[in-house]
Amino acid sequence: METTTAPKTSATICGMGHSMKRKEDPRFIRGQGNFVDDVKLPGMLHMAIVRSPFAHAKIVAIHTEKAMAVPGVLAVITGETLKSYNLHWMPTLMSDTQMVLPVEKVMYQAQEVAAVIATDRYAAADGVDAVEVEYDPLPVVIDPKKALLPDAPVLRTDKEGKKDNLIWHWQTGDATATDKAFAEADVTVSQDIYIPRIHVASIETCGCVADFNPAMGHLTVHMTTQAPHAIRTVFALVAGHVGLSEEKIRIISPDIGGGFGGKVPVYPGYVIAVAASVVIGKPVKWIENRMENLQADSFARDYHMSVDLAAKKDGTMTALRIKTLADHGYTDAAANPSKYPAGMFSICTGSYDIKTAFTEMDAAYTNKPPGGVAYRCSFRVTEAAHAIERITDVLAQELKMDAAEIRFKNFIGADRFPYKSALGWEYDSGNYAAALQKAMDMIGYDELRREQAEKRSRGELMGIGICSFTEIVGAGPAKDFDILGIKMFDSAEIRVHPTGKAITRLGTKSQGQGHETTYAQIVAEELGIPAAHVQVEEGDTDTAPYGLGTYASRSTPVSGAACAMAARKIRDKAKKIAAHLLEVSEEDLDWEPGKFSVKGAPQKSKTIQECAFAAYTNAIPGLEPGLEAISYYDPPNLTFPFGSYICVVDIDRGTGMVKIRRFVAVDDCGNIINPMIVEGQIHGGLNMGMAPALLEEISYDENGNISGGSFMDYLVPTSMESPAWETGKTTTPSPHHPLGAKGVGESATVGAPPAIANAVVDALAHLGVKHVDIPITPEKVWNLLRAAGVAE
Amino acid sequence: MAQHDITIKVNGAEKSASVESRLLLVHFLRETLAMTGTHIGCDTTHCGACTVLLDGEPVKSCTVLTVQADGHAVTTVEGLEQGGKLHPIQNGFWQEHGLQCGFCTPGMLMTGYALLARNPAPSEEEIREAISGNLCRCTGYVNIIKSVQHAAAALEEERQASTEAA
Repeated sequence: METTTAPKTSATICGMGHSMKRKEDPRFIRGQGNFVDDVKLPGMLHMAIVRSPFAHAKIVAIHTEKAMAVPGVLAVITGETLKSYNLHWMPTLMSDTQMVLPVEKVMYQAQEVAAVIATDRYAAADGVDAVEVEYDPLPVVIDPKKALLPDAPVLRTDKEGKKDNLIWHWQTGDATATDKAFAEADVTVSQDIYIPRIHVASIETCGCVADFNPAMGHLTVHMTTQAPHAIRTVFALVAGHVGLSEEKIRIISPDIGGGFGGKVPVYPGYVIAVAASVVIGKPVKWIENRMENLQADSFARDYHMSVDLAAKKDGTMTALRIKTLADHGYTDAAANPSKYPAGMFSICTGSYDIKTAFTEMDAAYTNKPPGGVAYRCSFRVTEAAHAIERITDVLAQELKMDAAEIRFKNFIGADRFPYKSALGWEYDSGNYAAALQKAMDMIGYDELRREQAEKRSRGELMGIGICSFTEIVGAGPAKDFDILGIKMFDSAEIRVHPTGKAITRLGTKSQGQGHETTYAQIVAEELGIPAAHVQVEEGDTDTAPYGLGTYASRSTPVSGAACAMAARKIRDKAKKIAAHLLEVSEEDLDWEPGKFSVKGAPQKSKTIQECAFAAYTNAIPGLEPGLEAISYYDPPNLTFPFGSYICVVDIDRGTGMVKIRRFVAVDDCGNIINPMIVEGQIHGGLNMGMAPALLEEISYDENGNISGGSFMDYLVPTSMESPAWETGKTTTPSPHHPLGAKGVGESATVGAPPAIANAVVDALAHLGVKHVDIPITPEKVWNLLRAAGVAE
Repeated sequence: MAQHDITIKVNGAEKSASVESRLLLVHFLRETLAMTGTHIGCDTTHCGACTVLLDGEPVKSCTVLTVQADGHAVTTVEGLEQGGKLHPIQNGFWQEHGLQCGFCTPGMLMTGYALLARNPAPSEEEIREAISGNLCRCTGYVNIIKSVQHAAAALEEERQASTEAA
């Protein structure tokens, strides 16, 4: 695959490599976006949800009479209402089950208990206040370690024969060989690492407008979803028995105010709103408030990892072993591919040539909200990267090696690709040493080490942290990847109009990634039609071809590829048209973006626009009229973006406050389509990596009461905590992607936390500190400083 | 619930309605007036997606009662563009990739607009402080700061051009 660094097309065509200003922005900067809460339909009703104050309790009774007496309230829907349609339970995307509304008991604080339908949102809220629920509290299980003890109360009493709280056990790698490598190692290090529960907290919460048309039996749902087609199929599977068959369901995902994985699952609120619309026969709007969003929507992370690394005396890594306890809340409502209940966690050997590895995991039920979805990361890659990048520094510290030196020593060499990892992945391409060297040059690594030594001698705390991560994205090849059995291909359809303009529709759905621009640039690159003349549409299941949606950095690797392949089909047909018009054979034509010309006679040429016009205005022998194509792209492999990040922190000995002084991120996502958008994705990803590293955590007390359930306590970074991110790049194309691209949306979220954690530990290493769990709060740091006797 | 007859000048046009005491300004704008440019991202005055100008000062309209705005002037994102010409703050966000999902953008634009009205040449630190009540989950703020600086430079050019013309 050719490395593309300079654009091949003119600024007018604006193909790959141009920092085209985004085509979607004119509506957003005018306040004319169309988000779900902006949808207003005639006769529309509003829904609000009654939620449980208890983490585990029997429902004794739900009294709705007072609520029904509130002016404007039309209905109160309970689990019993849904049970009469057999809609009170639904499957999760992991083939577990989840309550839509409870009939017998609640399983977490803030669980949906009933829904009030009213003429406006104020009346609906009044109705919620008037619903009276009698509960009988049950023993609460919050700690997943305790959940797996033999005497723990069994939480999923709905599952016949279930005698414990273990959801599944998963393992991969060679346990025997790994144990042997550890027994033979010169040095071994171990570290327990906890990655806490966090929440994506997109600024737009979740919601929908369900619109059932009783006359036609059609259901249209405008909803905040990253995967509209998959949702349509899920709805058809869940509600087929009440007459909602798939051709009568239309999911419209309008503008989405941030997704990051939190808008993949099907939440009970969506289903209740649909049920309400079907029962009442009017459109029903449900929009979460922020506290509902943080307290009840799917969380991310919550992995308790025990990480062991074996090495030779010279720092050569020989084996990796990780045992993880995963807290999934009361149901496994993650959105991982079926064969990978722990997602892509087995990327945990990272950027290093580790010959032997073994990882195993137990997933436990607890009285917490369901989930295990992503937080801007491809299926558990963040946890894996944190494990390997932290333990690498623990090893370096043990061996008194420099953090950069140990990485250079263990990197998979650039000449080793495609590289088969010990846990079974085939890395497509990489040049890890180049990325780290570039980051070190950009930040002035050696000078920083000198400064650090000098400051340390004066008692000042400064740390330098490195992370050299490898991502695994673009799920995925149909042979291995599916969600609920649906293979994880994706799609693009392109129609070229008679005047040479085009529309392309895709199975993905942008939530801010700039798809309307990026895909247009791909079409421009392949067809030479100016990107300005290419309309991009996503998110309407009635018009877009089927696809699995946008998450796990899969849009560019999968739908981007589909877009290029569809464009190439069109170019092939256009070539036949050009040959006909120029009265030469196809072999006699040269292509440059936007134009076919006759070999040896370049003045004889036909533009793509002329070919398009001819496709509709000429009767060309042997060719169907029209100029359009569709591609369903099944990627041959995943893509493996990578990068090296270096973070410099200063720590205040008086407060324990960690300040990020500089942060350099060198990313390699293969060939780049729009450099401006890619940089923006990295900036945002870095911020969402810094957030859990320093600020964000959702925790629970022993009774299952949430802390971090509002923006009062859940610290989404503001501009004041956010550093001035510095970015750089290397370019190592993917050999199997039609454009050599790899995907980039989540790299920085994966790479930033260990860089920051490593910097903090580096600042404190001389005090004997080997590890700090994230989020690294001032309190945690100050306690370490106090223990070391250096707090001011 | 008591009703109140109110009149608010919204983007220069007087709007009258009879509203409940408890109606939030953001709901008045979004639902009564169907001006959905102003967004709701939280309920606790933290995220700033609902920022509008009340008599020129940025306020979070999710915690202002409509009746409190009675007799006052409100400017929303829909009021920035004049005569078909984007305000420099809008253009700045477009040129510098200051938005991704676009949900926080209206609030950011209003806060940026108000900042430049009182401080035509803010430093990076001053911009960071000004937008610290507006959460953005997509951009990492770097390009938002550049967007405000872009607008500041454009407004300065406009001022110089009008001085020269005078």
